[in-house]
Amino acid sequence: MSLELRGITKQFGSLVANDDINFKVEAGEIHAILGENGAGKSTLMNIVYGLLAPDKGQILVDGQEIKIKSPLDALAAGIGMVHQHFMLIPVFTVAENIVLGHEKTNRAGLLDLATAREEIIRVSKEFNFEVDPDALIEDLPVGIQQRVEIIRALIYNSKILILDEPTAVLTPQETDELLANMKKLRDSGRSIVFITHKLREVKAVADRISIIRRGKVVGTVQPSASQEEMASLMVGRPVDLTVNKADGKPGKTILEMVDLNVLDTTGRALASKINLTVSAGEVVAVAGVQGNGQSELAEAIVGLREHLTGSIKLSGNELIGRSVDECLKAGIAYVPESRELDGLISSFSITENLILDTHGEAPYSKGIFYKPAMAHQVALERIKEFDIRAQSANDPASSLSGGNKQKVVLARELSRPVELVVVCQPTRGLDVGSIEFVHQRLISERDSGRAVLLFSTELDEVFALADRIAIMYRGEIIAIVPATASREEVGLYMAGIRTATAKGGAA
Amino acid sequence: MIKKILDKTLLPLFAFLLALFVGGLVIGFTDNKVLAKISSPIEFLKILGSTVGNAYLALFQGAIYDPNLAEGKSFMAGFYPLSETMVATAPLILCGLSVALAFKSGLFNIGAQGQFIFGAVGASYIGFKYEMPMVMHIMVATLAGLILAALWGGIVGLLKAKTGAHEVIVTIMLNYIAAKFLLFLLSTQYFLRPGRLDPIAPSVKETAKLPSLFGVDYRVNIGIFIALAAAVFIWWLLNRSIIGFRFRAVGANSSAARTAGISVSAAMIATMAISGALAGMGGAIHTLGNQYELTDTVAATFGFDAITVALLGRGTPLGVVLASFLFAGLRVGGQTMQANVGVPVEIVLVIQALVVLFIAAPDLVKRIFKLRNLQEASAMASKGWNG
Amino acid sequence: MKNKTTMSRESKRKLNGIYSMAIASIFSIVVFAYLPKVSGDVTYSFVLDKEWVLIQQWVIDSRVGAYGFSALSVLFTALAYYLFRKGKKHGIAIFGFSIGFFMAFLCWASAGDFVPFTGLLQGGLILAVPLIYGSLAGLVCERSGVINIAIEGQLLGSAFVAGVVGSLLQNAWYGLLVAPFAGALISVLLAVFAIKYRIDQVILGFVINVLVIGLTSFAAQRFLREDSEKWNESPILQPINIPILYKLPIIGPMFFSQTIIIYLLYVIIIVTQIALFKSKWGLRMRSVGELPVAAESVGIDVNKVRFRNVIIAGAIAGFGGAYFTVGSVGAFSREMTAGMGFIALAALIFGRWTPLGALSAALVFGFADQLRSVLSIAGTPIPSAFMMMVPYIATIIAVSGFVGRVRAPAADGIPYQRGGSH
Ligand SMILES: Nc1ncnc2c1ncn2[C@@H]1O[C@H](COP(=O)(O)OP(=O)(O)O)[C@@H](O)[C@H]1O
Ligand SMILES: [Mg+2]
Repeated sequence: MSLELRGITKQFGSLVANDDINFKVEAGEIHAILGENGAGKSTLMNIVYGLLAPDKGQILVDGQEIKIKSPLDALAAGIGMVHQHFMLIPVFTVAENIVLGHEKTNRAGLLDLATAREEIIRVSKEFNFEVDPDALIEDLPVGIQQRVEIIRALIYNSKILILDEPTAVLTPQETDELLANMKKLRDSGRSIVFITHKLREVKAVADRISIIRRGKVVGTVQPSASQEEMASLMVGRPVDLTVNKADGKPGKTILEMVDLNVLDTTGRALASKINLTVSAGEVVAVAGVQGNGQSELAEAIVGLREHLTGSIKLSGNELIGRSVDECLKAGIAYVPESRELDGLISSFSITENLILDTHGEAPYSKGIFYKPAMAHQVALERIKEFDIRAQSANDPASSLSGGNKQKVVLARELSRPVELVVVCQPTRGLDVGSIEFVHQRLISERDSGRAVLLFSTELDEVFALADRIAIMYRGEIIAIVPATASREEVGLYMAGIRTATAKGGAA
Repeated sequence: MIKKILDKTLLPLFAFLLALFVGGLVIGFTDNKVLAKISSPIEFLKILGSTVGNAYLALFQGAIYDPNLAEGKSFMAGFYPLSETMVATAPLILCGLSVALAFKSGLFNIGAQGQFIFGAVGASYIGFKYEMPMVMHIMVATLAGLILAALWGGIVGLLKAKTGAHEVIVTIMLNYIAAKFLLFLLSTQYFLRPGRLDPIAPSVKETAKLPSLFGVDYRVNIGIFIALAAAVFIWWLLNRSIIGFRFRAVGANSSAARTAGISVSAAMIATMAISGALAGMGGAIHTLGNQYELTDTVAATFGFDAITVALLGRGTPLGVVLASFLFAGLRVGGQTMQANVGVPVEIVLVIQALVVLFIAAPDLVKRIFKLRNLQEASAMASKGWNG
Repeated sequence: MKNKTTMSRESKRKLNGIYSMAIASIFSIVVFAYLPKVSGDVTYSFVLDKEWVLIQQWVIDSRVGAYGFSALSVLFTALAYYLFRKGKKHGIAIFGFSIGFFMAFLCWASAGDFVPFTGLLQGGLILAVPLIYGSLAGLVCERSGVINIAIEGQLLGSAFVAGVVGSLLQNAWYGLLVAPFAGALISVLLAVFAIKYRIDQVILGFVINVLVIGLTSFAAQRFLREDSEKWNESPILQPINIPILYKLPIIGPMFFSQTIIIYLLYVIIIVTQIALFKSKWGLRMRSVGELPVAAESVGIDVNKVRFRNVIIAGAIAGFGGAYFTVGSVGAFSREMTAGMGFIALAALIFGRWTPLGALSAALVFGFADQLRSVLSIAGTPIPSAFMMMVPYIATIIAVSGFVGRVRAPAADGIPYQRGGSH
């Protein structure tokens, strides 16, 4: 079946997320939609799937216009979707999740899960998925959860499959498997809409590529088009994502972790046997697929984790056992993974956010007295220095765009007297302009002699910034390689494969 | 500036009017004299209007100024009801502040009732048991109540901080436990007034009674000033102290606060202890200023009214003061209304509930009054049991 | 990998439970049997039938009894551990332990006294009835993702309506019939404001309680007092004997010679327990209470499901409310539910949001209350005020995670808006 969108427009308040979008995917085709974060890809697909109502526009399946008011209509029209945030109930079994919304009941009015189980096993066999119908979703790794979503779409007999950033949570190996399965599905006659912002994947599987920028389709190209062409369409100007930097000049050791274990409350290790040092004037990147213990390790360094064994030393001083406040004051700048959740208080003013971790110090306070006027003055300076685009320092942080929010966090953290900068996923969800700003700033921090520890799941970012790369897999650092290592090698480590070529290995 | 004030007061004002209107309908449509006229619309509306009007007039006279009382005496004598309203306002302000402060730290303190009880217990015991000089006796008694209540409130913060137990559930349960505990205390030799079997403690000594402001004819005492001072203090705490900064940070986004090095546990425990102390102070001044003797019903419904007060006052100290005055007036005036025109005082509960309901659902009020630019209530975000 | 963790977490919780049982057993031996300086005879009386003629008595020395029953709880604790090690369910052992502990306590608490044993059980069951209805109402609501603090109001409102209608029509059955509608009506308020206006559900439930207390007290003052013969003298429902079963000794009169409200309760308990986990209705209810976007993404109208279930919950509470008037005393009195709605909420939480859990908790709370009145007549070492605290303390212990984590449905209390999340 083919799917065509005509003139789809959607506004959120004053923001035009989708602006007169025209798009078509033919039967038996993989059509990729490529766009920066916030370009409006998910919005568009949620409209097609009936989760959002468009302000304007038509949806046609096989040339016939259809009205999609809810996901039921989409499913009935043969449209299935694998969501960016999985739509699975964690406390349900696989089978329960799959029948939800399409329940069959027996004579007594009770659920009939038997048919669903058979179907799941049948589809699993066909695609080598190995999914247990009676496993609880919350017990399954994300890769398998994604398969459950695909199985669900196939059981509903979807002829048009939408995959919204399916590779974001996968290892390079899992990604390859997924791409292969996508081809298999296409060859069985299904149409696939493949959403991503990663150029490489697009080139690997897509038959055609549409590029969206700021809610508009700015071009449709063949996979033979060059990466540079696609990137400049995506961003709207020629981009060069390589960061200009000289080689690092590592100085004395700033951060030293020895046999560090990060445990959860039940005593299970979330990160184990961590041995890593970061020196002044170098960027060490911790790479790895999301969920391999990086976040926990970062949190451990700043005192956000309670159950630790081993040692974390900052310029020779032990950090384990200290509170977050003490760790920060010891000389660490911390940019957390989630700006919205951990980095900022969105209902607080920009000023208040800029002094969130220094509010107890002069000049913002004296004794227990808080001095808002002083805070305001300093905030104005920071806003100027970091080029934060805001109407007023008294506006709530929620009024800022993603890039400016991140600048607020950076301004706050980097303005303190610190030796070590710990940054986690610093450019996640940012536009290219902001990404460039953040990257430049991190390099200049390095060049000014600070030690930088970067946690990133984006290989591009890792290679752009790092002087050394540590790869985490299942809570362990399985290799430390120089920045000159090949992408393939790092990719293999990320999948947990320890190659023989690995030298300079896990010291 | 004026627009800002208007924005802030318009919603509560409209909510209150709407609640009075609905309350009026309830009064009117349950009145036999009114219902008797239901067949002739004009007559019906007339008598409906006069019945409801008389009820609310009686309520006003019972709460603020009653010319009948002034007759033959000075003009000022007519303000006796107002003095009674002030008497009820003082503990309510303190309890309202208790709930409001917790709101700011992201905690929903339903436990003011229990904290009030402990405040009353502490103040009463010191008040009747010991001999002390005047000012000191009051201070020690109040402090005793305050400390007990702070501990009682602190338990909630401690449980929340250490185990994640939801404060709403814990405070609901602690209220009942406090009430039963009071009943138990009043059955022991330590508290039970000699020669009595019903739950009542001895009266506090003269030295522990709060001095009244306008002589023996009026009950209103310095308690109201204590309450107002507490409101000023809470304003300062929240807006001009680093402790308040932390409270607000934890309330607005505890995870970001923690990441910025603010101790969430400490903030929660401190908040609940201060909240408890405030409600306990309410219990203390109610005992030392108004009741003098501890009974099992000493807390009346102060702790619960406090929640409506905090919601109506939008969690700000000034709002709490105004809302307390309003609800205290309704309560006090309601008694007069019941005595004079026979409308049961419970209608006040209905009005109170409706005001809060309308405040919490600004969309509804906006729709009814066709208001456009009304400032959104900083609606308490629903966090759920796991939040 | 993750699978193993959740498994071990679960077994850790169970193990903690068994440790608590062991500690309680030791406590029982020391405090109930060893420490008391004097012992006395405890007289248990059993009424075998409704007729008081068939009374059996059993007399035992309190110390001997306490030792004996403590030994029983030790035994069952050991059994629990054995079954746990074998990887089998040990619910029966917990049950046995509880009986042993409870009987040991009773021996100690009523040394030298007379314990009307059947009366205790029967009274406990009766006291539990409104609690069970209330907690099931809470369950259906909260499993759908709407916090229900308004159980108290639902019980009170429907008690009022049932009583008044029963009195006006002089027929208790009409009272029973309208009660669920009254409960549902209060639920409409909850549903509209929680789902449509998305206001904080804790505040909302609280306000609804105040509103219902205000309205019923106002009406009681205005009508019921003045002309109580007309408005407030409802006949009550009479017990119905279930053929054959009601003749069974002890259980017969207890379970099968009751009013329709209690038989209805049996049905509702069984239906909710099965339906919650095994029916389409239950699956959808849990889905909107756990992750509403996911439910929406498979075409379920989240707010419709929630709305409907909140109304159903109100109707269930309505039967519980009817119990207060037409089911027991007939007349309505102000605030007659006296906080039962909150104990029902406690039972729901203590029972971990499951029907059988809530049922057990409600029964325990009911028995505790009955025990209090029995013991306060007998005169005991424990002040009755402390016995009254049992449900509240138990709930605090439960939510504090001392007996393992209790987890509310993930989306409980969070309003859902289409296309609003992400
Ligand atoms: N429900 C919503 N309300 C308001 N703004 C939204 C909503 N959903 C998405 N947006 C905004 O719309 C823009 C497009 O978002 P999205 O479609 O998720 O982008 P993409 O998937 O391409 O990264 C973003 O700026 C985002 O912040
Ligand atoms: Mg997206």
